[in-house]
Amino acid sequence: MSFETAGYQLQPVLPELVLAVGAMALLMLGAYRGQGTTKLVTALAVVLLIVTGILELALPAGKLTTFGGSFIVDDFARYLKILALIGSATTLVLSTEFLSNPSGRIFEYAVLVLLSTLGMMVLISAGDLISLYLGLELMSLSLYVVATSNRDNAKSTEAGLKYFVLGALSSGMLLYGASLIYGFTGTVMFTGLAAGIKTGSVGVAFGLVFLLAGLCFKVSAVPFHMWTPDVYEGAPTPVTAFFASAPKVAAMAVFTRVTLTAFPGILTQWQQIVVFVSIASMALGSFAAIGQRNIKRLMAYSSIGHMGFALVGLAAGTAEGAQGVLVYLTIYVTMTLGVFAIILTIKRNGQNFENISDFAGLSRTNPLLAFFFAMLLFSLAGVPPLAGFFGKWYVFVAAIKAGLFTLSVIGVLTSVVGAYYYLSIVKTMYFDEPLTKLDPVRFELGTVLTLAGLFNILFFVYPGPLVSAATSAAKSLF
Amino acid sequence: MTTWPILSITTFLPIFGVALIYLMARGSDETANNTARWIALWTTLVTFAVSLILVVRFDPSQTDFQFVEKGSWLATGINYHMGVDGISLPFVILTTALLPFCIVASWKAIQVRVREYMMAFLVLETLMVGTFSALDLVLFYLFFEGGLIPMFLIIGVWGGPRRVYASFKFFLYTFLGSVLMLLAIMALYWNGNTTDIPTLMHAAVPRSLQTWAWLAFFASFAVKMPMWPVHTWLPDAHVEAPTAGSVILAAILLKMGGYGFLRFSLPMFPLASHDFAPLIFSLSVIAIIYTSLVALMQEDMKKLIAYSSVAHMGFVTMGIFAGTIQGVAGGVFQMISHGIVSGALFLCVGIVYDRMHTREIAAYGGLVNRMPLYALVFMIFTLANVGLPGTSGFIGEFMTLLGTFKVSLPTTFLATTGLILSSCYALWLYRKIVFGALVKPALMTIKDMTWRECLTLFPLVALTIWFGVYPKPVLDMSAASVQQLVTNYTTAVTAVKAAALLQ
Repeated sequence: MSFETAGYQLQPVLPELVLAVGAMALLMLGAYRGQGTTKLVTALAVVLLIVTGILELALPAGKLTTFGGSFIVDDFARYLKILALIGSATTLVLSTEFLSNPSGRIFEYAVLVLLSTLGMMVLISAGDLISLYLGLELMSLSLYVVATSNRDNAKSTEAGLKYFVLGALSSGMLLYGASLIYGFTGTVMFTGLAAGIKTGSVGVAFGLVFLLAGLCFKVSAVPFHMWTPDVYEGAPTPVTAFFASAPKVAAMAVFTRVTLTAFPGILTQWQQIVVFVSIASMALGSFAAIGQRNIKRLMAYSSIGHMGFALVGLAAGTAEGAQGVLVYLTIYVTMTLGVFAIILTIKRNGQNFENISDFAGLSRTNPLLAFFFAMLLFSLAGVPPLAGFFGKWYVFVAAIKAGLFTLSVIGVLTSVVGAYYYLSIVKTMYFDEPLTKLDPVRFELGTVLTLAGLFNILFFVYPGPLVSAATSAAKSLF
Repeated sequence: MTTWPILSITTFLPIFGVALIYLMARGSDETANNTARWIALWTTLVTFAVSLILVVRFDPSQTDFQFVEKGSWLATGINYHMGVDGISLPFVILTTALLPFCIVASWKAIQVRVREYMMAFLVLETLMVGTFSALDLVLFYLFFEGGLIPMFLIIGVWGGPRRVYASFKFFLYTFLGSVLMLLAIMALYWNGNTTDIPTLMHAAVPRSLQTWAWLAFFASFAVKMPMWPVHTWLPDAHVEAPTAGSVILAAILLKMGGYGFLRFSLPMFPLASHDFAPLIFSLSVIAIIYTSLVALMQEDMKKLIAYSSVAHMGFVTMGIFAGTIQGVAGGVFQMISHGIVSGALFLCVGIVYDRMHTREIAAYGGLVNRMPLYALVFMIFTLANVGLPGTSGFIGEFMTLLGTFKVSLPTTFLATTGLILSSCYALWLYRKIVFGALVKPALMTIKDMTWRECLTLFPLVALTIWFGVYPKPVLDMSAASVQQLVTNYTTAVTAVKAAALLQ
């Protein structure tokens, strides 16, 4: 292709291009053929995500950059993009039922998820602050709309509005931080920043704080977590599943990439911030969840806590730490998708229930469902031999190597507190008297649940491939 | 035949049984329940038979680990590594031997969700055997902690009225202790780039790391053991658990703490163990005297036995940290003996509980008139619990006291008073339940032991007396490993003392 000048090849962005064009095409399809195409558009969207994933894997190995270095495809990006794509595709599968309701027949939903995923992919590959911001905004703007996709519901609308206002605020902070960094260093490229910042000037540190504040908002880390419980509760459940999985992956990815590749020179300075945010998130996530009655709100606090655990790995600032973050995110995504698949199955007479008390005696009425849920909950609590334990192992082992003992001790102690509320759900399912039987479990929910459950139960048998993929992905950052 | 991974087969055979129950015992009617019971019983019996191959092929003169299996697993330095030596093999056998008794004891006592109950027990067996035969710290942790899940469910689903409280307390207490151990495991991993237990046993760990790692491991094992003052979960868990759950708890889960001290604390952190020995001695003596006094005040049979377990574990920790051959060997023996005796005592309680549905000591009295056989069996175990010569309880207590005598006289003196106290509460319990006039109307029609109950208790009676008169089999099995452990420990400690003198 002769029109490509040096440094501006299109090959590395091929998957993104396909996804973008595909999303447009599906939008056209829906716009011209009406809401009757919802089912078709959703199915094609899943296919499109799978195709994008295959294209991503088919790219040549090694590190590819394009657009003057502002778009990077390395093992780190590949790993996380695949994870984000899996998250998005699974969410669309989980949404099938929601989209077949008369009130929820909106084909735009799938298109928005695709555009949001496109934003995530740009975000994960970002090589400078501009492409970071572009990706972040594309992802977030789609998310704001998706949150309100239950248009007749006041709670859903409120959730979307809240998310939008607070999200805009955080974007502003991020931009402000980015402009400060640019002003003090004269570059927006991550490589340029890494070369330029050897000793932290006050200006750069200031900018970094604002930048990290914006990113903390996206991963819903304390003290920028306030939107999470309300949005999780208000949004339709499949949407909540989406919020809890793919966007978290993308935001955590860029968090890791920015801190490790753009600011390695002032590690000690951002380390303090990450350590604080991590401790605060773990503590709040475990203590605040105890009082929750609504399972979606509980999962919101749980995800805050889990982001805190993932940040433990990042705080180490090493390749082991990055590897820990990757393994943790992978396992976190499987656990979250599994749990939300269960929440969607709690239906009696066609009506969804969201309170923890609605799970009472599930082990008697739906033993297999309860078993998988219990295993996922033990996995979330980090009890071996389930996958969640290995996630914690990799992040804490990195933190211990980096000498972050206080962080590690506080982290494992909060995980004990966290275990309490997960156990409470197990108790409700196993020790309490049963309620009436659930409606038959839909096929797609059962499949997602079984896959997530088996992954978490059997992870310990053969952890090798995932761990080595994460290792090489983490190494590509250094 | 030598290429068969017998240890892994022993460990994972129960999981095969779980699959069988899942596939073959469908539904919740009586037929399915019976299928589940029989499959569970046969699985545990076959597992026991396979574990006997280990005993036959075990060479007690070797100090190395035997039946070693190794495969790559998590990362470099973290492998699937299994093997047993003279210290762990007795515990493996204890586990596989007691499980069939537990299944039989639950035959009639468990009537709801039998299938799940049997599956939980078999999973628990795998995890317990794995704990004792893992030769990698991460693998050990996996088995050690994994056992919490089935036990939590066993207490919570099939337990007594306060089961929720007891199961949460059990889980969270143990989990809290263990996560600290996890951090220490990570620190050890970075120190030697491996979590291989045999390698770490001979690797020199820096002094400061030894101290912290010892404390972290102590946090976990002291809770599990349990030592005073972190024992309070045990009485609750024991009282609420179903009979077989109590048996497992007392006979095997508690031993994991002692096994941990023997396998990790003493060989890997000898200097820290030496430094902290006075602490252990104090806690052990407090445990022995204080919990014996507490046991005297109990109104619930299971609670009384639970407190007596804490006291007996005090002898074990005392013996282990004395660091002498007699002490360590006595500790191992005491744990095996206590496993048999306390397990049997809980079975005895279960027998009258199944008939009367109360564990109040005051609700009984004069049972000897209606249940002579039961009175005899219960007496043997009560006396073994007291430590009467001729029963296995005596050997363990005597050896631990003997071993500690050389190291700390005050400790031995105070611990010996515990023997007196233990005869007070144990005989008091026995008198209240078995002797006296049979006046309570509810007891007038009580029946003596059935053949099924005899079947569970008579072998244990035989073992208690056999090991009491002839303890050699157990002692011989562990002798070489104990010898090596103690030699390494003393060498490390004297080396440091000599270095300190030279300065």
